[in-house]
Amino acid sequence: MKCEDLLALLNEYVDGTVDPAICDEFEKHMAGCNPCQVVVDNIRKTITLYKEGKPYELPIPFRDRLHAALREHWKASHPCDQKANGEPR
Amino acid sequence: MSEPINDAELVRQAKAGELAAFEELTRRYERQVYSLAFRIVRQEHDAEDVTQEAFLSAMEYLAGFREEARFSTWLMRIATHAALKVLRKRRGLDTVSLEASTEPDPEGAIPHPEYIADWRQSPEELVHRNEIRRLLEEALDRLDEKHRLVFLLRDVEGLSVRETAEALGLSEVNVKVRLLRARLQLRERLTRVFGDPARALAHGHHIER
Repeated sequence: MKCEDLLALLNEYVDGTVDPAICDEFEKHMAGCNPCQVVVDNIRKTITLYKEGKPYELPIPFRDRLHAALREHWKASHPCDQKANGEPR
Repeated sequence: MSEPINDAELVRQAKAGELAAFEELTRRYERQVYSLAFRIVRQEHDAEDVTQEAFLSAMEYLAGFREEARFSTWLMRIATHAALKVLRKRRGLDTVSLEASTEPDPEGAIPHPEYIADWRQSPEELVHRNEIRRLLEEALDRLDEKHRLVFLLRDVEGLSVRETAEALGLSEVNVKVRLLRARLQLRERLTRVFGDPARALAHGHHIER
């Protein structure tokens, strides 16, 4: 396996969906190729950073509007439902 | 403290007419939906519209949600559709699909990693710092839209390749190609910032092997 081949299989390797036989070859190549090892490690860290990053907070006025709109819509679509009379918070 | 009710149970209650259950689902996922919307449309006002539309649609179609996927996945797909609609409207291409999904990506060979170096810090050390957060958003912004969309759904939201393909109207092969490019580009940018120059590996060394 060459560096180019490894690059083409990066997704599958990082996601753990690579065929076991190919996985062995992949790891054999990495054991002898420091740059490829580092690239794989960099990619994993990149994904982790984004995955673990905190989401944005909603602007408070928007959050209130959103919840009010949802309650209103709910009441309109559940006209006979007592439970739909959500009390304003 | 009582155990938090799981999503599936809340979905069941909401389907049975409990507004409180739907509101709890909204509270659980509103930040995630808003973040996804913001990262796709890149504008606060549009992100708010997309978020509201996503939850209203979810409410409307909840009865038809067959629970084959997780609620969060289903919701993120709805939010993605709403966000793509905004992008199309901006381009005045309301009736044309965002990109012809049947066309293979007209992209050549995979770009080679150029700057290769171990990072000085772990993601765990980096993730909570505000300036890092800005940097991550900037790197994301600099991706082409088609790469950014795939990365957001697959790696940030955790959709499968197939779910990402369905949400974007792309083939799975296309998703994989775009995902690889997105990951490589982000790796390149982040490593230039977080990489340890003292431990950088020569570009040429890598190519020649």
